[in-house]
Amino acid sequence: MSKVTFIEPAGNAVDVDVADGWSLMQAATSNGVDGMEAECSGSCACATCHCYVESHEELLPAPAENELAMLDNVAAERRSNSRLACQIKMSDALDGIVVRLPATQV
Amino acid sequence: MPTRPIVIVGAGQAGLQVAESLRSEGWEGDIILLGDEPHAPYHRPPLSKAYLLGEATAEQLTMRSPEALARKNISLRTGISVDHIDRTGRELHFSHGSSLPYHRLVLATGARARTLPGADLAGVFGLRGFDDCRQIGAALETAENVTVIGGGFIGLEFAAVARKKGKTVTVLEAGERLMARAVSPFISEWYAQLHARHGVDIVLKAELSAFAGENGRIATVNRKNGPKLKSDLVVLGVGVIANDQLAADAGLPVDRGIIVDNCGRTADPAIFAAGDCTATSLADGSLRRLESVQNAVEQGKAVAAAILGKEKPFVATPWFWSDQYDAKLQMVGTSAGHDQMVIRGNPDDGKFSAFYFRAGKLIGIDSVNRPQDHMAGRKLLDRGLSPTPEQAADDAFLLNILLA
Repeated sequence: MSKVTFIEPAGNAVDVDVADGWSLMQAATSNGVDGMEAECSGSCACATCHCYVESHEELLPAPAENELAMLDNVAAERRSNSRLACQIKMSDALDGIVVRLPATQV
Repeated sequence: MPTRPIVIVGAGQAGLQVAESLRSEGWEGDIILLGDEPHAPYHRPPLSKAYLLGEATAEQLTMRSPEALARKNISLRTGISVDHIDRTGRELHFSHGSSLPYHRLVLATGARARTLPGADLAGVFGLRGFDDCRQIGAALETAENVTVIGGGFIGLEFAAVARKKGKTVTVLEAGERLMARAVSPFISEWYAQLHARHGVDIVLKAELSAFAGENGRIATVNRKNGPKLKSDLVVLGVGVIANDQLAADAGLPVDRGIIVDNCGRTADPAIFAAGDCTATSLADGSLRRLESVQNAVEQGKAVAAAILGKEKPFVATPWFWSDQYDAKLQMVGTSAGHDQMVIRGNPDDGKFSAFYFRAGKLIGIDSVNRPQDHMAGRKLLDRGLSPTPEQAADDAFLLNILLA
C-alpha cells in the first residue's frame, strides 16, 4: 500500500491508500474522487482520466506513444506534467505522490 | 423538496452516471441505486480483455466502492430483483414482496447476452457480467479447444484472449464478414487477417446446427456446412437483448429497447431510461440503438439534467472502441452508406485510419492504433466539419487545423 493525494477540481485534497499495481485511475474511480471520468476504463482510448502530476514526476516512466497521442486531445489545458492516470501504476517508489485533477475531462 | 427518493433500477455505467450527475446537478434529496448483481458498480469493458488475461483483478474493476457511494449520499442496494412498476401509485414492487415509492424512476436495466438453443450445456457461456467472466476464466485454465460463436467485438476480443493463453481457437460467424454491424468491409478483412496471423481459425457464413454434449458437458459444435468442431469451451458473442420487459409490462412503449427522447424521457413524465436498455427516437422518426459506454454516460447525464428540468440532450457523434491483440480499434460516426473511403497511414504497419465520405462529406472514421485521427474525427464530426478526401489521405495534413 502506498499513499496518493488527489487534489479534486474544487481544491479538496483526498488521500487514498493504493495497492501496488493499481493504476491512479483505478484508485481515483473506485474511491469516487471528483474530476475523474475514465470512460474507457483504462484502455487509453478516451483521454478522460487526464491529471497533472505534482510530485514524483521524475520517477515515472515516460508516456508511451499512444498516451502521448491521447494527451494531444485532453479537454483541459495540457501542461508539461500532464499524464493519463490509467497509464500510471502505483509502486512503493511513488508513495506520497500528489496528483491534481483538471476542471474538465470532456 | 419531495420526500420521495429518485430510484434508479440498474447499478451499471448508466445507473451510476445518473446518480452522480443528479448530485453534481444539485439534487439534495434521496437517491436509491438498485442493482440485481451482488456487486458494486464495476467497469464492464475490461471483462473480455484485461480481466480474463489476469491484468486486472475484480477489485481493480470497481467503478465505485460502496463507501465512495455512501460519501455521496447515494444508497446502493445490490442483489435486488424488481417485479413490477405501479405507475399510478409511483411505486416499485420487488420480487421478495416489499415496495418502494419514487418521486422519479430511472430504468437503467441494461441488456443481456442473447443465447442459443442448447447453450445450457456446461462449458457454454455468454459473456456479459462479472460472474460470467469468472466462470469463463476458470474454464479457460483447463480448456484446449475453444469455439467462439459470433465474430463481433465480444467474440473477437475473447478469441484474442484465448489465443494469448495458447488455446486452439475457432470463431464461427454466420455473416459474410467480421464486425459487420460496426465497421466497413475493409476493416473486417484487416481483422480477419490479424486473427489468422495469430492462429485463429475464422469461419464465415457458418451455419450452426447443434451444441452436442456428453454427460451434460459440451463436446462438439456441429455445423450444417462443415465438420464437427471438438470444443471444451464455447463462448457466445451473438449480440444482446435490451432489458425492456419491466417497462413493457408497465405499458411504456418499447421496440427492442425502452423508447426515449434524446434526454432519456419515456412516455411517462415520472419515468426516464438510460444506457443499453434504451432505443432513442430520432428527429427523423427512426429509432437508434447504441450499446456503448459513451451512450450510457451521455444518456445518464442527460437524464439527470432532465429530471431537474434542464435540457442537456445527448447529441454527440457515437464512438466505440475494441482491443484485440495489440490493435486498438476506435470508431466514430458510421461507415454505413459511404460512397468513398480513403486510407490515412499504412494498414501494413498496423497503424491506419479509414475515412468514410458520402457526397464528399465525412461521415465516419475507423482507426487502428491511430488515436490522434480518432480524437480529431470526434471533434470534426461533432461540429459538422469535414476534411476533403485528399486532405484525409495525406498524413502530412494536420486534421486539427480544420478545428482552429
